[in-house]
Amino acid sequence: MAKITFEDLKKIKEQYRASTTLREGGARAKVSVHMGTCGIASGARPVLKALVREVEDRDIKDVIVTIAGCAGQCTQEPMATVEIKGEPPVVYGKLNEAKAKEIFAQHIVGGTVLEQYTVEERA
Amino acid sequence: MVKFFRTHVLVCAGTGCVASKSIAVKKALEVELAKHHLEDEVQIVATGCNGFCAAGPVMVVYPEGIFYQKLKPEDMPLLVEEHLLNGRPVETFMYKDPLKKQIVPKMHDIAFFGLQELRALRNKGIIDAEKIEDYIARDGYFALAKALNEMTPEQITGEIKESGLRGRGGAGFSTGLKWEFAAQANSTIKYVLCNGDEGDPGAFMDRSILEADPHVVLEGMIIAAKAIAAHQGYIYVRAEYPLAVNRLKIAIAKARDFGLLGKNILDSGFDFDVEIYQGAGAFVCGEETALMTSLEGKRGMPRPRPPFPAHKGLWKKPTILNNVETYANVPPIILNGARWFNSLGTEGSKGTKVFALTGAVNNIGLVEVPMGTTLKTIICDIGGGIPNRRKLKAVQMGGPSGGCIPESLIDTPVDYESITKTGAIMGSGGMVVIDETTCMVNIAKFFLEFTQDESCGKCAPCRIGTKVMLDILKDICEGKGKEGDVETLEDLSVTIKSASLCGLGQTAPNPVLTTIRYFRDEYDAHIKEKICPAHSCVELIKFVVNGEVCKKCGKCVKACPASAIAWEKGQTACIDRDTCVKCKSCITTCPFRAIE
Repeated sequence: MAKITFEDLKKIKEQYRASTTLREGGARAKVSVHMGTCGIASGARPVLKALVREVEDRDIKDVIVTIAGCAGQCTQEPMATVEIKGEPPVVYGKLNEAKAKEIFAQHIVGGTVLEQYTVEERA
Repeated sequence: MVKFFRTHVLVCAGTGCVASKSIAVKKALEVELAKHHLEDEVQIVATGCNGFCAAGPVMVVYPEGIFYQKLKPEDMPLLVEEHLLNGRPVETFMYKDPLKKQIVPKMHDIAFFGLQELRALRNKGIIDAEKIEDYIARDGYFALAKALNEMTPEQITGEIKESGLRGRGGAGFSTGLKWEFAAQANSTIKYVLCNGDEGDPGAFMDRSILEADPHVVLEGMIIAAKAIAAHQGYIYVRAEYPLAVNRLKIAIAKARDFGLLGKNILDSGFDFDVEIYQGAGAFVCGEETALMTSLEGKRGMPRPRPPFPAHKGLWKKPTILNNVETYANVPPIILNGARWFNSLGTEGSKGTKVFALTGAVNNIGLVEVPMGTTLKTIICDIGGGIPNRRKLKAVQMGGPSGGCIPESLIDTPVDYESITKTGAIMGSGGMVVIDETTCMVNIAKFFLEFTQDESCGKCAPCRIGTKVMLDILKDICEGKGKEGDVETLEDLSVTIKSASLCGLGQTAPNPVLTTIRYFRDEYDAHIKEKICPAHSCVELIKFVVNGEVCKKCGKCVKACPASAIAWEKGQTACIDRDTCVKCKSCITTCPFRAIE
């Protein structure tokens, strides 16, 4: 490989920033897909895969996509919780790949909550 | 583009965890991930030493930061299905606080990790040691870029001097001052050396840094080279550290590939390259002049100073030699400034220090704390206290050159001056916790056996003196001690300390002197009463059960391999001394210390 300069160092650091964010914290947003038995049965895995692909395709460095346990509202599965730093968490339900992509674009990147997909929190 | 993984599993591949089969765990993990088609979502990273060696093999799962310990390959199906597929972390494999008896899922909530301040070890367990990009992502080589492009050699030396960084190998000499002397020396050829000849029994700080973060050492060395205008460096590391050597080799090759070693580094016009020299493992080669003699291809023996290495070192050229941990501290100082570094620590000792905490303590492993942290915090909070409900007796610091600090001084802050005042030394960072079952005379004997064996034999005080001292200590432990032995030991110590050629001999009597100073009563009990109060020296144990202390539990009976103990339920055990082979299994097993 060619000899690198200080500019190249900075480029490498930026390329690997997603890894750094994941291991050290400091992410701007976190999406947790709920992976209970019911969630997986109703299609949580394609939702998760779609979200992972979004991060990759958009080359986003400050968003964490992860999984969580059963959320306890089986009728609403597949579900995902979006947490943007400094804002209350938003729970989405009855997701599919297309909705997941939309939520990623509008809410996580754009900052607008998609009310039509949210789940009412049970009291 | 760099592939995105939603989950990173960091498996420790340091020497400790590899020994407890972490590679097999990693392989089982790979198989399970493939089974569930998760290999595109979950990344496995083999890291250097995580530090919590007693809990090995260990694993940390990000982004949650869940810490798993004592893993076995057969645990992987459950772990993968539950945590990585279903998002339910598995409590069975988590750490349990030994004092509060509670499960602690996250690594940073575990007292062992939470109370540490990671500077020299800032990349341990979080990067792939064999991947230069992981290092760069954590600001790796940014300090080098700053030093090469924005700073003069005087500014570099000035910054290091102002930071108050002192040699982490043991002697604690000012690193900045050392660099300044070498920078001022007039020569076109100069050398930068790294001392990775870690030899203290039980110490593994330097090995862990080399295994977990080899690039930080290279970066520190290149910065040092710029400061003193050297163009060639050597890393002296013992051949007993194959993993460290291997990681270093990979790191050097990668750095050369990237142009971070070699000609015209980072387009700055500065040239520097490094070679590894593997030592055969002689303890004396950790001494600077002996190390240089060994590097020159001769038998590793010390020579008198002056001339100091800063003027006449390797091949009689101006040379600086710093310890692995010292170099690991250099890049952050250059990047964040001297004031950032010296904001932590005490008046004379700045920054942090890494210790290899071992012995009679619950959490064994690598610990980095700010200078000035008390021994109590390290042993009782980070270390999680003494196991088996035993009492703390002493802390051995500084290895064979150090000494034993008694329990009464447990509030001593850990810094160069305070530790020296106790008679021990800071040393390179070995910290062995000793409980009431250890005999202090025997500890002194153990360390002297080591130094006597490792003495190179060049000067008489060390070669003969340590032998005579060792013979006396052996006699005392075997019940053949005489009145006046302690005084003879003290006399010999003074002579050996003042007349030996190098640091090995000059410090060899320290373990004896400190144990005499704080545990004179144990020496007297051995010599006058012919008893070993810790019930440790075999020749002085009667192997009799004390009926008043015995709780009639029968544990000793099960432990005895010679079936020499007679016992019935509700009765005091009785040892048949003709059948007894004096293996001490009963003594180690007895929870009440009833066997005398």
